[in-house]
Order: sequence, then structure tokens, then C-alpha cells
Amino acid sequence: MLTPIALTPIALARILLLLLLAAPAAAQLRVDITSGVDAPMPVAVAPFPTGVAVATPAGDTAALGRQVAAIISGNLKGTGLFRPIDAAAFPAPAMADVSRPGFQPFRTAGAQALVGGFVTANADGTLTIGCYLHDVFSEQELVRQGFTVTPAGWRRAAHKCSDLVYGRLTGESGYFDSRIVYVAESGPRTRRVKRLAVMDQDGANHRFLTSGQALVLMPRFSPVNETITYMSFANDRPRVWLYNIGTGQQQTVGDFSSMSFAPRFSPDGGTLLFSVTSGGNADIWSYDIGSRRQTRLTRANAIDTSPSFSPDGRRVVFESDRGGSQQLYVMNADGSGAQRISFGDGRAGSPVWSPRGDLIAFIRMVGGRFRVAVIRPDGTGERLLTDSWQDEGPSWSPNGRVILFSRTERNGRSTLMSIDLTGRAERRIPTPLEASDPAWGPLLP
Amino acid sequence: MQMKFMSILMLAGAIALSGCARNKDTLPPPPPQAAPPPPAAPVIDAPGTVPPPAEVGTTGIGSEQENFVAAAGTDTVLFDFDSYALDEEARQILGAQAGWLAQKPHVRVTIEGHADERGTREYNLALGERRANAAKNFLAAQGVDSARMSVISYGKEKPAVDGATEEAWARNRRAVSVLVSR
Repeated sequence: MLTPIALTPIALARILLLLLLAAPAAAQLRVDITSGVDAPMPVAVAPFPTGVAVATPAGDTAALGRQVAAIISGNLKGTGLFRPIDAAAFPAPAMADVSRPGFQPFRTAGAQALVGGFVTANADGTLTIGCYLHDVFSEQELVRQGFTVTPAGWRRAAHKCSDLVYGRLTGESGYFDSRIVYVAESGPRTRRVKRLAVMDQDGANHRFLTSGQALVLMPRFSPVNETITYMSFANDRPRVWLYNIGTGQQQTVGDFSSMSFAPRFSPDGGTLLFSVTSGGNADIWSYDIGSRRQTRLTRANAIDTSPSFSPDGRRVVFESDRGGSQQLYVMNADGSGAQRISFGDGRAGSPVWSPRGDLIAFIRMVGGRFRVAVIRPDGTGERLLTDSWQDEGPSWSPNGRVILFSRTERNGRSTLMSIDLTGRAERRIPTPLEASDPAWGPLLP
Repeated sequence: MQMKFMSILMLAGAIALSGCARNKDTLPPPPPQAAPPPPAAPVIDAPGTVPPPAEVGTTGIGSEQENFVAAAGTDTVLFDFDSYALDEEARQILGAQAGWLAQKPHVRVTIEGHADERGTREYNLALGERRANAAKNFLAAQGVDSARMSVISYGKEKPAVDGATEEAWARNRRAVSVLVSR
């Protein structure tokens, strides 16, 4: 005979525990990020203890331990898949608790997963930041890893820990230890100053890369190194540039007498695709960075632009008005076999192929609004993800689960936003100035 | 899916083993595998690393531009939404511009093409280029030597007026003939 139980959170947790115990071990504590979640998984991110606090150039280790936890908490919350529980709901762990936590307080607080760790200062001036993930119900350690960093690099350890947790709980690689390049905007719209800027994906470590003297647009990160490609109007010659942000070296791309624009890297970083105009026409060219060989890929009497390689490098999605209005097309990497893939109301532009290969993000323009949408490479399954005035310039997270874009409000204000593939977790990325044309860089090594 | 998950689980276990002490009772665990050092801070805006200053926007030569506008009525022709067709008014304006330019063979002109905000950034750069070329081709047909003319598109980056209204959009869809000294 079953004893009736009241459906308090604790009782529900017990039921969940029973269900979890009954399931195969590998099915425990998993977040389905494909279909999204109705209720984010409650997780406890405990402050990272340090033993005896030691002063470092980045602050003392006790303060760093709290900040690391706060960053991990913010990263997980921003995915929309996790709900970090207020740290006041459980006691702060001591060093001895890190690898063998007492689980009861976390169960009581309703946490399903516990993220913990420690911060210690090493004799050589580096920090070691340990990262642990526990299943609160099974009381099992799921994963642990340590990161040794310079004090200045402590945020990266927090992002690496976030990636570890995200990876273990979702089965997908994370995207927290990565950077964003974008265009910082200031001044009135009729005399806008635009500068390239780079920052961590959470907005930290912000730096300007150009002075603002020349108009710059459309930066994109190389998927393999410290190089950015972008478009600059320097010397009144609008064209594509390469910029190594490690060395500061810059060079123009290709030999064209007219405008080149909308550059994107190939998945191996060795080739650029971009548009070149000719007498009011715009065609897509490829440019081999090593040999500097340039090849024209499209020849339609039309605006062909926004080219983006598939992750296997064999196909290219782009936009063209060859059929009368701006629409998406997929062609082979040599320019052959172009097929239209977007139909339906309105125009479609700025396509970008997901690094997973399964989807293409683009901008659907209908009813005077620009919305971020995704579509399969065969043209099926179009879904609108955002709804605002003008959302533009989509760019994928390294794991192909989140799309970064810029949002211009009707009053002209423009900011960076991200949206997950379910369309539920929309988030603003903080920037010191107004911002546009964001591009997500690869996961850092 | 199950296989994939199991391999992830095993991988995670491997990392934990290689990264930490096997005896979990010894606390804290010794420093695990070192993470790579953070990237060195790149040089930002160091001399020579930034494209040289550019004279962006209108590069007109003051008084000549005023004389040109006075003679032709305006240096600007307007376009319909997503169009680069020259209407009758635009043709008349460009005809008057060509007449003035015919009398000043030493003057060069850059035609700047612009779009309103209701297009994507990439598309609008190409659209602005089409508008500038439409104006240039008309001037050439009126006898202005093509060698004296160049085009540049700013897409939607340099609106003439701010605002998300039909009137603002109409004024921003334009091609502007700018006299240049070089």
C-alpha cells in the first residue's frame, strides 16, 4: 500500500530521486538543450573557499572565490537551462567540503546539481582554481578539473569551469571561455563613430581595437587564430581587411578597384569569402589567405552577398536578389549549383551557417521588422526566434546553440543581444557604448 | 545518443583522473593540469596598427560645391524604397548637374550612394552602390567623362537625417554628387 505524501518541494524531490535511481546511471541529471526546458534545472553554485586568504594582484583569494562562483552562476543562468539558487539558501562550504560536500543543505534548498571548487594561491604567483560538479540526489561526483592561471586570468578559469559544468550536464561543448568582436558606436546617427572592439563573451575585459577615424563594419573572428576580418572605409576605399589582434598587424585583402565587403572565414580559417561590387552588381569571391589567390564564385546580375561556409567547407549559403527580392541560396563551394532555400513572406538576408551544420541563422524581414530566424539548409523548418524592431547581424556561439545579434530599437539605440535556439532565453550583452555587428569567436584553447 | 553520453561520461572520468589525486580523501586535491596562460594583451591602437585616418563622409571642396548646388538646384537625388531607378525629378536634377560639370572640366566628382535603415547592412551597401552607379551612368550619358567620376557606397551608415519615419527614410535613400579636388 502506498502512503500518500504531500506534494511539497521536498517530497517532489524524493520522487524525482526515486525516478533517478530507477533510471540508468547515465540518464541522471541531464539537460535537453535541443527542445529546451520548461523549467530550468535548479543548481547551487557555492562560493569557492580558499583556506587562508592570500592577497593577489586580482584581489584576495577569498574574494576571488566568491567572484568565481558569481561568474559561473551568471553564465549558467544566461543559458536559460539552469536556475542558480540564491547562495543565502545554503552554508558556504569550507575547503574540506569541496570534494566531499554535505548534500543535505543543498537538497533542502532544492538544488539538483552542486557546482563547487576552491581557489588557492601558489608559490610561483599563479592561482589554482578547482572545479567540481556533484549530483545532489545521488551524492556522486560527476566531474572535476583544476585550472592554473595567472591572477589576471582568473575569469578564464571561471569560464572554463562553467564550460565543464555545461558540457557534463548537457552533453554539448560549452561556449563561455570565448570572446566577441563587435562594432562600438558613438555620436549622433548622422555622424556615427564606429570602432572595432573585443571583449569576453560576458562583456568583461573590453578593449577597443581601432581609433574610430575610419568607418569599420562587419568584423568576424577566425575560427582558428587571433585574426579578425572586417570592412574598413580607410582612405575612402571601402574594402576587406585582416587584422591580427595578437601582433597588431593589418593588411588589405585582395586586389580590387571597387568595394569589397561582408567577409567571412572558412571553417579552417584559410579562406575568406566576401562580396565585390562591379558597376552596381555585387558578386561573391573567395580568397585564399596563404596564396592570395582570388576566385569569383557568382556571376548573376544581382546583389550576391553575406556568404557563409557550411562547417565541412563544401557548401556556401548566401543571399541574392537574383529572383527579384532578397532571398537565401545554397551553392557548392566552387560556385556551382545554387538553389534557393528561403520562401514565404518578406525578404531574407544575412545568412550564417551553424558550426553544427544543422541550421542556418538569418534575418527575416517582414512587415517592416527584422527578426532573427533559423532554417534548415534544405529550406525546411523555418522558425522565428526574436520579435523586435530591427534585429540584425546573426552570429553563432561556438557550439551552435546560441545566436548573437544586434538589436536596433525604433529610437535608433542599438545593443548586443543573444538568443538560444528555443527562442526563450533572450539576453542583453553589456557593452560600454552602443553596439552592432557582433561576431562570436571560437572557444579559447 | 546513449553511446555518445557514455563516452562523454568516460571522458569526464579520464579528465578527473589525470587532473586530480586518486585518493579523494586527501584535501585539497593537488594542482591539476595547468590551463594555458591567458592570451597576451594585444597592442591596441599602437602607431601603424590602425588604418590611416580617412576623410569619411562629404569631401566636398567648399565654395565649388556651393556653386554647383546653386547651379543644379541640389547635389542630391532621391530614390524609392529598395529601388535604384531614377525618376523624372532625379533625371532633371542630374541633367542640371551635368550641365554645370560640362563647364568645369577640371572638377572631379564622387557620387555617394546611400540607403535608408530598412535593409540589412550588407544588402544596403550594395544597394547604395547601385544608386551611385545609376546616377553616374546618367551623368556619363549626359556627356560627363567617366574618368572624372567615382562612386562610393555608405549603405545605411550615414543617414542624412535621423529618425524612423517615412519622411526620414525618403530623404536618406539618395545619391549625392560631391566635388573633389584631387
